[in-house]
Amino acid sequence: MEKAVSLLKSFGLPRLIITGFLLALFVIAPFADINVGASLSDVLGRFGQNAIMVLAMVPMIHSGCGLNFGLPLGIISGLLGATMAIETGIQGPVSFLLAILYSTPFAIIFGWGYGKLLNRVKGSEMMIATYVGFSSVAFMSIMWLILPYKSPTMVWGYTGQGLRTTISTEGFYYHVLRDTLSLSIGSFSISFGEIIFFALFAFIIWAFLHTKTGTAMTAVGSNAVFARASGINIDKQRTLSVIMSTWLGALGILCYQQGYGFIQLYQGPMYMAMPAVSAILIGGASVNKATITNVIIGTILYQGIVSMTPSVMNNLIHTDMSEVLRIIVSNGMILYALTRKSGASR
Amino acid sequence: MKREINSKDVRNFLSNNIVPIIFIVLCAACFPVAGYSPEYLADQIITRIMRNSFLVLSLLIPIMAGMGLNFGMTLGAMAGQIGIIFITAWNVVGIPGLLLAAIIATPIAVLLGWFCGKMLNMARGREMITSYMISFFMNGVYQLVVLYGMGPVIPIHSDQVILPRGYGVRNTIDLLNVRKSIDNFWSIKLFADENGVGGINIPILTIILIALLCVVIIWFRKTKIGQDMRAVGQDMEVAREAGIKVERTRVLAIVISTVFAAYGMVIYLSNMGTLNTYNSHSQIGMFSIAALLVGGASVSKASIKNVFLGIVLFHLMFILTPQAGKNLIGQAQIGEFFRVFVSYGVITLALVLYEIRTRREKAESAKTLALSQMQEAQA
Repeated sequence: MEKAVSLLKSFGLPRLIITGFLLALFVIAPFADINVGASLSDVLGRFGQNAIMVLAMVPMIHSGCGLNFGLPLGIISGLLGATMAIETGIQGPVSFLLAILYSTPFAIIFGWGYGKLLNRVKGSEMMIATYVGFSSVAFMSIMWLILPYKSPTMVWGYTGQGLRTTISTEGFYYHVLRDTLSLSIGSFSISFGEIIFFALFAFIIWAFLHTKTGTAMTAVGSNAVFARASGINIDKQRTLSVIMSTWLGALGILCYQQGYGFIQLYQGPMYMAMPAVSAILIGGASVNKATITNVIIGTILYQGIVSMTPSVMNNLIHTDMSEVLRIIVSNGMILYALTRKSGASR
Repeated sequence: MKREINSKDVRNFLSNNIVPIIFIVLCAACFPVAGYSPEYLADQIITRIMRNSFLVLSLLIPIMAGMGLNFGMTLGAMAGQIGIIFITAWNVVGIPGLLLAAIIATPIAVLLGWFCGKMLNMARGREMITSYMISFFMNGVYQLVVLYGMGPVIPIHSDQVILPRGYGVRNTIDLLNVRKSIDNFWSIKLFADENGVGGINIPILTIILIALLCVVIIWFRKTKIGQDMRAVGQDMEVAREAGIKVERTRVLAIVISTVFAAYGMVIYLSNMGTLNTYNSHSQIGMFSIAALLVGGASVSKASIKNVFLGIVLFHLMFILTPQAGKNLIGQAQIGEFFRVFVSYGVITLALVLYEIRTRREKAESAKTLALSQMQEAQA
């Protein structure tokens, strides 16, 4: 009994409420004329789309840089890669590989600069990361207008100049992962392509965290003084973690685009960090501790609520309050994590 | 020897005031390109000082208490907006209407400020990001109340305010009942031609209100509570040793700031004449903080001078850049994006510079301490 109580405590009350809420939604769903199979596949699809962006939180949390509110910077590297891949005109799944390839140097350069910056502002990384994200999105809004893109699928038709706000990935890498190895039984369908893709990177990160460099990174995060005493170059580890987070962000947005079907430019990436931050926190991570399990559980719970609430609510009370509920739940979760005692030192 | 000190002074001055200097250069560069007349600009700037200074002034007290930039001022703005929604629905006109709005907003602002202050006490050391997330969280609650609660739960039945579906407040509300009622109550027109066209409007009553708040803030610094707040801002532990109730003082600072922000929002909305129900408050939070930082304030130090310099420079940039972008590249949109970039960029720059400066000062004080200890040991 005592063990059960301590297990519950470590699980955390808000997490318990959210899990209970999601389970209740699935129980109510059949009574509200909702196809449970279809909703389950929707949740899994959203999981495949978003999980890598949530995974992008892990390296920075490990090195003690806090939650990566600067995810938009990684997303922007991904967007640069995506637009450049489409600009080449090469169609089909190859364009997805090209997009990853093109976005990588941007992610490394941006991540390096961002990491250097965060090293100079130790202690208030999260606030500055938020604003680095916002400023980079605003700066790139100008760039999308003036960069010399030519591809007619991306440029505004009437002026022939400046990129559109949303670009379809149809014909390029639309559903490249979603449609590989997908299995459907009745209304339920599952795409193993996306899940394997995520599992691959989750495994790489997990394995990395168990290498010598990965352990050093965790040491920097859990006790910087101890890490310095054992001869670890703190700034270097932190920069490395930020580069990894930024690159995973780039990869995450590409994965998101192939499922969602559109590339969103301009103000699109502005608030994309919040769902990812909130998801990993719902999964049980804190400001200075996160595991791959947190990523998986968190993404399923968060995306489950986001996709289930609107349909259930609409069918039950004919009012769609889901967007408002989403704002309250996800930001409430971030707030809960920030006000925990455990992280008060940072 | 003397010259060396001078060059160091210059460098210090530059590095301490880099943000305002960038803005002065930016505005000076945009001014000829935009091609506005100085008279027009002066009129616009005065309007915007009147509109925004109350809001920006509300940020000063939490900075004094060492709690950084109060991103939670958005909460006050929400309270002000709720007050304005009520008086528009009841159709209360003019200054009595605004007074009523302020009266309705006060308890809401106190409650929200108290909540925010309590939360910030739980997140010591990272007040800013927490207050920022509180504003996001409360935005959800605000939407829940305004978009779903108003109508069925909170009795408001005015076609002017409520959506045609019967509940929820409209996206934009025309505030014809209170539009410019403070400004037009008593205003003087300078440099107008014979027909009264053009010229610069000077609203005396608004100026009096803002001056009054400035006086209150200066006076407040000298009171017991104000002194306590400064002590808490300097060093929380020392303040606690001295018998100051640290937690209570910090909550109080946020409550005062939130209430002032609510009043500021009422003044702002009466000047604007329209309410963007779901946007105004979050926009105003960002712009007020950016304006304060442009004026040369930092996370730990801000004065009334910073407020006014900041509003003038920030809004000058705001007026000039779209027009300058249009004349220069032929696209006003670039200017629009540019000013969004500048508002975010300036907050980033100011935060980064502050962190770097604090760390350098810490390192220097540690060095002098070590040096003096060494000398002592030698002696």
